[in-house]
Amino acid sequence: MKNKLSRILGKESVAGYIFIAPFIIGLFAFTVIPFFTSLYLAFTDYNILTPPKWIGIQNFRRMFFEDKYFWTSFWVTFKFAFIQVPIKMLVSLGVALILSRNTKAIPFYRSAFYIPSLMGGSVAVALTWKQLFSYDGVINRFTALFGLAPVKWLSNPGTALYVLIGLGVWQFGSSMLIFLAALKNVPASYHEAAIVDGAGPVRRFFKIVFPMITPIFFFNLINQTIGAFQAFNSSYLITQGKPLNTTLYYGVHLYNRAFTYYEMGYGSAMAWFMLLVIAIFTALIFRSSSAWVYYESEGK
Amino acid sequence: MSAVKPTHYGSIKRHKMVTTVIYHILVGLFSLLMLYPLFWMLSSSLKPNTEIFRTVDNLIPETFTTENYVNGWRGFAGLSFSVYFLNSLQVALFASLGAVISSALVAFGLARIRFPGRNIWFVAMIITMMLPGQVMMIPRFVLFNQIGWVGTFLPMTVPYFFGGAFDIFLVMQFIRGIPRDMDEAARIDGCSYYGIFAYIMVPMIIPALVTVGILTFINSWGDFMSSLLYLNTPSRYTVAYALKLFSDSAGTDYGAIFAMSTLSLVPILVIFFFFQRQLVEGISTQGLKG
Repeated sequence: MKNKLSRILGKESVAGYIFIAPFIIGLFAFTVIPFFTSLYLAFTDYNILTPPKWIGIQNFRRMFFEDKYFWTSFWVTFKFAFIQVPIKMLVSLGVALILSRNTKAIPFYRSAFYIPSLMGGSVAVALTWKQLFSYDGVINRFTALFGLAPVKWLSNPGTALYVLIGLGVWQFGSSMLIFLAALKNVPASYHEAAIVDGAGPVRRFFKIVFPMITPIFFFNLINQTIGAFQAFNSSYLITQGKPLNTTLYYGVHLYNRAFTYYEMGYGSAMAWFMLLVIAIFTALIFRSSSAWVYYESEGK
Repeated sequence: MSAVKPTHYGSIKRHKMVTTVIYHILVGLFSLLMLYPLFWMLSSSLKPNTEIFRTVDNLIPETFTTENYVNGWRGFAGLSFSVYFLNSLQVALFASLGAVISSALVAFGLARIRFPGRNIWFVAMIITMMLPGQVMMIPRFVLFNQIGWVGTFLPMTVPYFFGGAFDIFLVMQFIRGIPRDMDEAARIDGCSYYGIFAYIMVPMIIPALVTVGILTFINSWGDFMSSLLYLNTPSRYTVAYALKLFSDSAGTDYGAIFAMSTLSLVPILVIFFFFQRQLVEGISTQGLKG
């Protein structure tokens, strides 16, 4: 009897499922079931205390035609992502290129650039960032050195979002590390061959280095885009969506509807719309990738 | 040395040295600028409140004081920050433990056992990596609310025991780098998969598990959103959440706010200094965070 049991447990098909059982259980309990629950809730009126009531496409109608903050938050998030992601990509790649020069002080520099992304999402940094940009904060002192008048960075509708974008860009460290790892994998012999052929650094970058790191560039781009669309902390902690809703991220609006007003059905509808938008962008990046992402195994 | 009559070789060498010096000055300045906000926070926490914005651009306090730390530590709502630190520590340790155990098991199963359906589960795992968390936020809250977990640490720890895709992926990458010879030799000697996992695999993947553990710890320590969603009694607040509420209630006592902000980052800095290599390797393979 015991022998039979151990023979069954020893089978590849059984052992495999025993090892991945935690993942399968978790996948259903915390991802698949909530995923479809959320789809259902999107078509209901649900305040968590009374059972959900089916209302068809009412939530979506309200979203697109009645809730003006919906579109406000949508465009704020769009703007946030479209400015932050490219800047962050460029800065992280640029710094990685600079650091990939082989010098002894690299670990120190690498740490200095990486530490902000390790703690940048924290409440502590958000509180500090807020004071750096306050009216009598350091930034205004600094700009005063160039004779500029002090600015109310966080209560001026024209600047507040950029302060938050700045906080995001400041955390370029982890994508920089990923680029740095990719740059190390570019064989030195390619560089040497190109130098012998008389290619300058710019040409070497565009003809050799960049094509070889495009898979990583692609990975970072997708990660950063998905992350930017879901931004929450910086607005919630620093500006609360103010001034004049110019920093009202989609995520903050969604949170307010679902957890301040307990409109869980409406919140779910918003979440699904966001999923759709993220899916479209990810698909666009994927579709375009065949044109610019270079995979070595294809042997182009 | 040969300054009297510089050879061609010497001038190239000097040119190279000048570029190196300029490089270090520029990159060094930039890295100090990157760290400036953190230095500023630390320095402000050591200044008396009246001085913080008067000498806002001076990193060295005119009068050093540790009073802010004493005042801040008292906390609010009758609870000191020791309560909040212990709560955060508890949540982060359990989350890390869960992530380490589950990612080791699942990664071994997916990477080393050829069972039917393996590819489907692997693809499912990759898909979950790309799902935006905000779609799950409401239904998960509803679920945890129904089973009475809201207000406890369970929503912030239990899910980690079921394996996160990024962690599993990281450990799988590590396992793929280990030659299969060892497993196969052990199989021939009659060792079961469970034996191979416990006696051969676990000792070899410890570096990857350490990375998973510290990344989870750091993420969990800084996780503001989960505390905001799930915690509702002050005695359970984590540091991240307590700090936010403290800053709302402390008003203009900026010294105390910056003192507690500084302390809240200490665990992350300590981990960073002790496990820098694992962190860097982890981020490079996993691409987690920000």
